[in-house]
Amino acid sequence: MPTAISLRGLSKHFGQVRAVDELDLDIADGEFFSMLGPSGSGKTTVLRLIAGFEEPTAGVIMLGEEAVTRRPPFARDVNTVFQDYAIFPHMSVRENVEYGLRVKKVGRPDRRRRAEEALETVRLAGYADRRPHQLSGGQRQRVALARALVNRPRVLLLDEPLGALDLQLRREMQIELKEIQREVGITFVFVTHDQEEALTMSDRIAVFNEGRIEQLASPVELYERPASAFVAGFVGTSNLLQGRVARDLLGQDGTFVIRPEKLQMVAEAPAEAGRVSAPGVVREVVYLGAATLSVVELDAGPTVTVSHQNTDTSIDAALERRDQRVVVTWRRDHLVSLGSSDPAASPEEETA
Amino acid sequence: MIDRRPGLRVGLLLTPPMLWLGVAYLGALAALLVTSLWTQNDFTGSIERAWTLENFRTLFTVDVYRTITLRTIGIAALVTVIDVVLAFPIALYMAKVASPRLQRILVISVLTPLWASYLVKAYAWRGMLSADGPIAWIARPFGLDTPGYGLPAVVITLSYLWLPYMILPVYAGLERLPDSLFEASADLGAGAWTTLRRVVFPMAFPAVVAGSIFTFSLSMGDYIAVKIVGGTGQLLGNVVYDNQGAANNLPFAAAVATVPIVVMLAYLTAVRRTGALENL
Repeated sequence: MPTAISLRGLSKHFGQVRAVDELDLDIADGEFFSMLGPSGSGKTTVLRLIAGFEEPTAGVIMLGEEAVTRRPPFARDVNTVFQDYAIFPHMSVRENVEYGLRVKKVGRPDRRRRAEEALETVRLAGYADRRPHQLSGGQRQRVALARALVNRPRVLLLDEPLGALDLQLRREMQIELKEIQREVGITFVFVTHDQEEALTMSDRIAVFNEGRIEQLASPVELYERPASAFVAGFVGTSNLLQGRVARDLLGQDGTFVIRPEKLQMVAEAPAEAGRVSAPGVVREVVYLGAATLSVVELDAGPTVTVSHQNTDTSIDAALERRDQRVVVTWRRDHLVSLGSSDPAASPEEETA
Repeated sequence: MIDRRPGLRVGLLLTPPMLWLGVAYLGALAALLVTSLWTQNDFTGSIERAWTLENFRTLFTVDVYRTITLRTIGIAALVTVIDVVLAFPIALYMAKVASPRLQRILVISVLTPLWASYLVKAYAWRGMLSADGPIAWIARPFGLDTPGYGLPAVVITLSYLWLPYMILPVYAGLERLPDSLFEASADLGAGAWTTLRRVVFPMAFPAVVAGSIFTFSLSMGDYIAVKIVGGTGQLLGNVVYDNQGAANNLPFAAAVATVPIVVMLAYLTAVRRTGALENL
């Protein structure tokens, strides 16, 4: 597949801070590509470098076959959906959407038609004559999307576009964005710090940490086979077993992670081959609606989180387990080995 | 009891300032308007409290007053336009280009001239514009000369005096615009000029109008600068000053003074729809 964007040795330093550090990345044509990471990890800077709002300290940005590294934003075939939408408040919805065509001197009838089409694509047909202040947050977000899509750019850059929406609307927009992307077939580069959002929508995800890519993989691979403790902690919740604990429990050196839903709590250790069991005490039970999380302090030392689907009508049994002794058990092949990675790289807190 | 009755508390709190606004401020204006409907006894010079429109008739029928009125409006408009043209790039640079440190320095340097006395600044321009002053000295190698004292000098001096009153609102207006609007415009294919014309200027327009209210009204009422650098030229302010000073014809001075008030009210009505009044 031809590449839409190639980054080679891309760096951006702000004074002493290396916001982006020697980045190499290829994004394929028509891909829904997400850049995921905590704030300050450099993902937004990469987006701004591609858009042309920042000049790189070093490296090359290729858009298709063209090197656009030093080109101003208006001479690049990319468009951006901004985090604050950046809708022009003094223009109507139609004028906003037509803006890009207007400055490129597209004729009025053609402009009209394409703006109508773009508004239809984002399900805002009939809103053309509204003023931005009459729109809700979700509608403004759609206007921003239409304003960018109407130019049919080679690549659409989205900078946390759903961040300001409430949860319900965000979930709807996630599905809709994915549909729109399939409809128009434009490469989407999507920046987010929300791992669920990235998993829901993306073809591939790059997890950023301190200006570098920690892992570049499909959502399934990222979740099931995290490459580092950082990725394991940032994407979903995970339990980390390392050092002496790994040796005691698993009889192996190294660092291992396992997802909470792969763990089970039982009364007695099963005598099944290929299973690992560890006794402990339930310290906390958290009811989440669809699932219940139990925090178990293992006798071997670490605390692990066990997720249990609430398929029974009553969860009283789970709640009663607080301060009870249990055995946590899991299949050996569910463990993901991180090799002997540097434990310092793991994030301070597990991110749910 | 005051605690229990919020209406009473608010009333007590607001009465003194409302009295000040009503009696001292609007009352004085009303007195002015009333005076303009009286007349002066030519022989004794005392005011006769008989209702008459004689002052306004003189104002509208005597050519020289019409000329002076139009000249005053013209100069106020010209000063406003010059200040907009000078202030906009400065304000844009301050708000969107300068580093935070430079931004502070620039704001202070714009404000500093306001601390100096008006008279000192007017006299400074008298010196600048004199026959052997700095402007003549700079212009001479190019075959030009100082404009000397007259209406051009008045325009230059007033533009200088009121420039900060234009820069500050425009700066505040531009500073409020999020950077992402500029970026969005560039992102959608607009060059710097197009962005300026289609996004920045329309959005800063209310701020410009807000500044123009200051420059226009201050110019309308000025009479000192024109005395110092205006040569023999006269503005409405001079007519007011001369009539109530030398001629001691307070009713006619009051009639003349209503002209800028009416012009300003018309101007404010016209700009109200731009939303500029929310920018003051």
